[in-house]
Parts: sequence; C-alpha cells; structure tokens
Amino acid sequence: MTRFRVNGRDHDLDLDPDTPLLWVLRDELRLTGTKFGCGIAQCGACTVMVDGMPRRSCVTPLGTLGDSEVTTIEGMDGPEIRAVQAAWTAIDVPQCGWCQSGQVMSATALLQQIPRPSDDDITNAMAGNICRCATYVRIRQAIHDAARTLEG
Amino acid sequence: MSILTTRRGFLAGGSGLMLALTLPLGQGRAQMTVAGPFAPNAFVRIGTDDLVTVMIKHLEMGQGPYTGLATLVAEELDADWAQLRAEGAPADDTLYANLAFGAQGTGGSTAIANSFMQMRKAGAAARAMLVAAAAEEWGVPASEIAVTAGIVSHAASGRSSGFGALSAAAARQPVPEDPPVKAAADFVLIGTDRPKLDSRAKADGSAQFTMDVYREGMLTVVVAHPPRFGAALVRVDDRAALAVKGVEMVRTIPSGVAVYATNTHAALKGRDALVMDWDDSKAETRSSAQMFEAYAEAAAQGGETVEEEGELSAIDGAARVLSAEYRFPYLAHAPMEPLDAVIETRDGTAELWFGSQFPSFDRPTVATTLGLAPADVRINVLMAGGSFGRRAQGSAHLAAEVAEVAKAAGRDGAFKLVWTREDDVRGGYYRPMTVHRLRAGLDADGSIVAWENVVANQSIMSGTPMEAMLKGGPDNSSFDGSTGLPYRLGAKRIGWARMDSPVSVLWWRSVGHTHTAYAVETFLDEVLEAAGKDPVQGRLDLLPPEAVRERAVITEAARMADWQGPRRNGKGYGIAYAKSFGTYVAEVVEVEDRGGVPRVTRVWCAVDCGIAVNPNVIRAQMEGGVGYALSAALHSRITLAPGGTVEQSNFHDYPMLRIGEMPAVEVSIIRSQADPTGVGEPGVPPLAPAMANAWRALNGQRQYQLPFGGAVS
Repeated sequence: MTRFRVNGRDHDLDLDPDTPLLWVLRDELRLTGTKFGCGIAQCGACTVMVDGMPRRSCVTPLGTLGDSEVTTIEGMDGPEIRAVQAAWTAIDVPQCGWCQSGQVMSATALLQQIPRPSDDDITNAMAGNICRCATYVRIRQAIHDAARTLEG
Repeated sequence: MSILTTRRGFLAGGSGLMLALTLPLGQGRAQMTVAGPFAPNAFVRIGTDDLVTVMIKHLEMGQGPYTGLATLVAEELDADWAQLRAEGAPADDTLYANLAFGAQGTGGSTAIANSFMQMRKAGAAARAMLVAAAAEEWGVPASEIAVTAGIVSHAASGRSSGFGALSAAAARQPVPEDPPVKAAADFVLIGTDRPKLDSRAKADGSAQFTMDVYREGMLTVVVAHPPRFGAALVRVDDRAALAVKGVEMVRTIPSGVAVYATNTHAALKGRDALVMDWDDSKAETRSSAQMFEAYAEAAAQGGETVEEEGELSAIDGAARVLSAEYRFPYLAHAPMEPLDAVIETRDGTAELWFGSQFPSFDRPTVATTLGLAPADVRINVLMAGGSFGRRAQGSAHLAAEVAEVAKAAGRDGAFKLVWTREDDVRGGYYRPMTVHRLRAGLDADGSIVAWENVVANQSIMSGTPMEAMLKGGPDNSSFDGSTGLPYRLGAKRIGWARMDSPVSVLWWRSVGHTHTAYAVETFLDEVLEAAGKDPVQGRLDLLPPEAVRERAVITEAARMADWQGPRRNGKGYGIAYAKSFGTYVAEVVEVEDRGGVPRVTRVWCAVDCGIAVNPNVIRAQMEGGVGYALSAALHSRITLAPGGTVEQSNFHDYPMLRIGEMPAVEVSIIRSQADPTGVGEPGVPPLAPAMANAWRALNGQRQYQLPFGGAVS
C-alpha cells in the first residue's frame, strides 16, 4: 500500500512502487487532464507539479513520491494558471489540444518563477513541451499576454 | 487526400443521393424524441436552455471543424455565437456522409468545402421553423419576424423570444424542403474571427479524448507488433507476461500478440515479458539505403507517363539542360495522442469510442470482424489529439485491431487499446519514401522549353480496400503536385514508377505535395537562377494570364515580405508556391545561417481558400502547417536498418520542432467570393522548398534530400 497526496487529498493505493505517476493519475484516479505522449520525458504532455515544481509524471515512479504534494491540472488554482488559461482561450492557442495541459502547466510554472518572462525565458521554459500542431506562435503570445494580465 | 472526384460514391449504396440540399430527417427526428430538444435535422439541436448544439460530421483533430461547421449553422440560424456548442456525430453513412466522398470521413481538407451549403441549409431550416412557430404563437405573419443574434422578434407587436422558449413549438412545424440561404453580402459570422468552441476545455484539461474513456471492468490492451514489416508470428511464450501482476490474459490476434491487463502499466510490463519468434520470409529486410538505390534506378528508367504535353524530345535541342535527383525518407505522422480505441461488447452489439476518421470503413470492419450487422455497431466519434492523416485509414487497421482484441477475449466486456509512442514511430503507415528525378531544358534566352519529372514511390491506395477507386489507373496521391502545374514549362512529361514494399504507407498532411512541392519548387528556383531571373518575377512570368489566383498569392507573399531579391543583410529569402486541395498558398521564408545550420526566422504566408469562413482558424492552420512542415524539413526521417528494422523509436531519435525553432509567421488571406476550400493541409507544401531556396540563396548549398543537416542513411 502506497500513500500519496494529489490535489490536496490523500490516497492509499495497492500498486507497484515502480508504477509511473502518470498511469496512477489516469488509470486509478481518473485525472485524465494529464496526458500520455511519449513515456520517456521527451514531450511534456504529462507535466504535473510535484511540490510546486513541474515534473514529468511518465518517468516519476509512485514509490519516489514520499510525502510530496502532487498537483494536476485539475487541482491547479491561483492567479498564474487563471491568467494562463484565460490567455490560452482568448487567442485560441489549442488546436488538437492533446499537449495543452502540459503546456499550460509549464507556462504556469514559468510565470510563478518569472512574472515577466523574456522571449528567451519562454523558449527555455517551454523547450520540453512538444506541440505537433505547432501552436508555438500562440503559446508564446499567450504567455506574454498572461504576464501582462498578472502585472495588472 | 486529393481524390475528390474518384472517391465520390465509392461505397455501393452510399449516400451519393444525399446531396447538399437534402436534410436527412428520419433519425434526426428520432434523436429529438430521445434528447428532448428541437432537432429539425440530423445536424442541429436546440434545447430549451437556448443552447444550439451542432452535430459535427467531421473528426475534430485540431483543424477546427467543430468551430467551422458550427459557424455555418449559426450564420443561417442567426444565432448568437455564445449559444453554440459542438458534438461529434456518430458513425452513420446515411446522415453524415462527406459529400465529397459519398461516405463518412474526414480528409483531403474537405470539411468546410463539402459542408458549406449543407450546414447552412441545416441552420436555415431550423431558423424557418423557429420563425413559423413564433408566427403561430404570436398570430403575426412570418414575413414580419426577424431573427438577430439568437432573438426572434416581431417589431410591430413588440414580441420577442429566445430560441429555447420556441423550441417545442418549432419542433411541430413542417421541415422546409429547401430553405433559402443568405447572400454572401449578408454574412454576419462568416468571414469574421470567432473564438473556437473547444479552446477552453483544451486549456483546462477537461476535453475528453479516447484515452480518457474508462468503462466499468475495462481492461487495457497493448499489442506486440512484428519487429519487421511483413513478418509473421511463429510462436509466443507468454508465461512471464501472465505472471505480471494485473495481466489477465494474452491472445494472438492477426496484427500481433495482445496483452490484457487491469491497468496500462501492467499491460506494458506484460508485453515487455513476452518471448516471440517471427518468420521474416515475407518481411521487408532491405535498408533505406538499399531501397533508395532501387528507387533511383526505377526513376532513371522513366516510369509510366501520367501527364504529357508536347514532345519531350525538345530537351535534346535545348541550349542548356539542368537535372537533379531528390530523395525523401519515410515519415511518421506522430500525432501527440498515439492511436487508441475503446470497444465494449455486450449481447451481440458493440459500442466504440475513438477518433474515427473514416467511420464508413471502420464500422463495417468492426461488424465483419465480430460477425455483427453494421446496425449493431455504434461508433462514438471523439476528438483526436492530432492525426495529420494517421487516423485516415483505408485499411481501417485500428478499428480492425480493437475488434480483434474484443473477439479474442472470448467474452463480452470493455477493452481499451493503447499504442505507445514506440508503437507509433515503428508502426508504419508512413509518408512514402520517394525519389524525384527532374530535367529541364533552357533555350539560349533562358526560357524553359522542356520539363521532365519522374517520381518513384509506393502507392498509398493500392493493396488497400481503396484500390478499386483507382480503376486500374495510377495512384494520383503518389505524385500529386508534380502534375497539374500552372507554369508554362514547354514540352512536359511526368512519370511515375510504382515501388512495392511490405512497409505500410499512408497520406501524411498534404500527401504527395509533401515531396512534389519541394522537388518542383526548388528545381524551378535553380532553373530560374540559371536563366538569371528573380525567383518571384520569374515565377510570375511563367504564369499564363488566367492564373489570377496563383499570381495573387505569390504577389501578396512577396509584398508582405518586402521582397527585394533572395539576399539581404546577411539573410536568405526564398519563395515557393503550391496549390493543394483547391487552395492556393505562397510562402516567403527568411533564413539565417547559424554555424552551418539553417535557422528559419520569419515566414510570410499568403493563402486563397475562397470565402474565409473563420479567418482565425485559417491563420492557425497556416501557422501550424508551417511548423509541421518545418519540423519535417529540419528533423524527420524514418529509416530502416539493414535487415529491415526501424531505426527510430520515440521523440529522442525522431525529434520534433520545439518552440525555440518556431519562426514568426504572418498570414494574409486573399479576399474571395469563390466557394471555400480547405486549409488543414495546404499550409504545409511551400514551406520546405521556400526554406531550401532561401538557404541556397544565402550560401549556395543545394539541398537534394530531406531532412536538412544529414544524409539519409
């Protein structure tokens, strides 16, 4: 039995400790906003927050989490993600949408660290998130827009 | 997919009779009694809550039909955009056929084009019935009733109502046979930017895709496919797999060995534990390098003639002859959501949930596999996390595999089939590897007097259920874009050498144009350079007077880029033009040389797709098309090692464009009153040749193979 904490709730699960967090979230907890894209931390579709930092859930074994606090896109709150999601919607960033949870999580983490990111900051922070629809032009724009919103 | 005419009516007894003006009513009415709301036809439902739900007959895979088709309905319904919702239509040939195909399916950038009048008529019919209901309730002439932004009103009496309050009465009105639609000058929504209907759900993680479907008692299934294309299973030892906690069973199915487990992780561990022997006697065992040599040899022999004009022997008398050979690798589509499908069988019926792109193939395939009548198979068409052609399967292989999984289980139940990224990258159905051989003859003045282009590659349709559509002729999708050029090129011959291999191939966003536009537009650029002509003016000079739309996009792209020739301030500029799927696109690309590596910094794209239904979506598709094409041009190749195994497996060795490589993209949409054409694919073809032309202009390097930056092994 492994105990871990997701979106403010404790869960006790009888699973192999080597089970990737991604599949625990999806198959066991039905938190399906976190997506499977590659399984080897190359695409970022599975990005969640672990103790407030972005982490690829597909390569994070359940057994390594300990007392860590996991937050998925369903459990996110705060001015940064609200600004990001509003900007994402306002300029219609998503196309197919599969990668966008991960993009939103990475963008939110960026704005939590750097409230007014430069283009280079965006390039660095978002480099781990692949979008096959290549919505990158709008991702960049939406992050700048969200930053301006947060500035007030 | 470029086969509009040949696909028409390809299903015997299909819905070729269901022309644009016909509103299928029977089942639409049936849905109404179940769902409650006003459903004047199979496409529109209006609830008492004022919400208008449009049933979308095309797969939403990012290209925007949820928004586009809803726009067409809303326009004629005079609805307020905020009250619109979209829902994927289930598999049903009789109601939801693509009028360009005569069967239900999405592809060839046809969604808007074939729906343009049908969806408008559907909206107009609903509007007429709401007006008739209001006239009856209010006792006023229908002709005095106006509808604006979701409000039905009668000025003289001061009465007004939302749609919801009238929906029950509207449902009792006769359905107009042929309701009038607006003149283009009266469009309110068409031609303006509107927010997409699915953006919010995709930004907060609540959008539901196939992999997000969980059914009671469902098992997750992964399949071990052959390590070589065309290999057959000899034996499997599943003891270690069955020992994995959570693995429930292992079954051999036609496409491989299926592992069933209570969760995904267990299924994957179980599959890793399988021990299998394969028979390679019918497998592809050549390497890509060996195959390229065979292709080049075949191209050199000229292939069969698929287009001819004048006497190619004119090339023998030319003052100067240029020639080049181009090589293009296999490409995987790599949509972010790998292939997946959910099936649930119960009491002689099957229900499926997945991003079915060709329901007209998928439904009978499932029925046949399970020994059911098609009517007992329901397919719920969910949004797909990308496709780029990958789910447009003439072979219906995904539907077949999930049906085989259900059949082999030997009991009723729910099963989710999941492909991993490795399954996807190694799984075939690639853009065909291709060799082009080009020759052009110039006279003493530098005018082109002869042009020959021979293409060698596999056929996408041959060997699939779609082969009958070729009627014994060549597969146009293999060389489309080398034929039908608008330029005056003198005597002309286009040849095609059909190659065969067990490697499965499929259309890949813009199909033949992915390679033909590159070969044609880079070779043409070299020819123009040899003749001392500017790339933009040289192209314009080759166009006949009637090529108005071609001329317009080339001129517009050049204007946007402030074209001053192919070099400026240490940067290279290239242009390319391609018409695909009825849409005209020209792109100018700005390239910098970063230590021998091309860096595309800016792209200017001019597009003429007829009436621009939603400019926001059109711009998005051009931006995305540029990025998709650039990803392939910079990075993508699938190669076979000696022996026939695929050398790539995941994003670490089949890399994708990332945000730092994405150029700024400026899009200009040509104003047009022509019927709308598609935008999902046409942004792709001009990018790579424009980039290569800019690169050559910058440093003289000619790129005869893709991707940039490396030989194809």
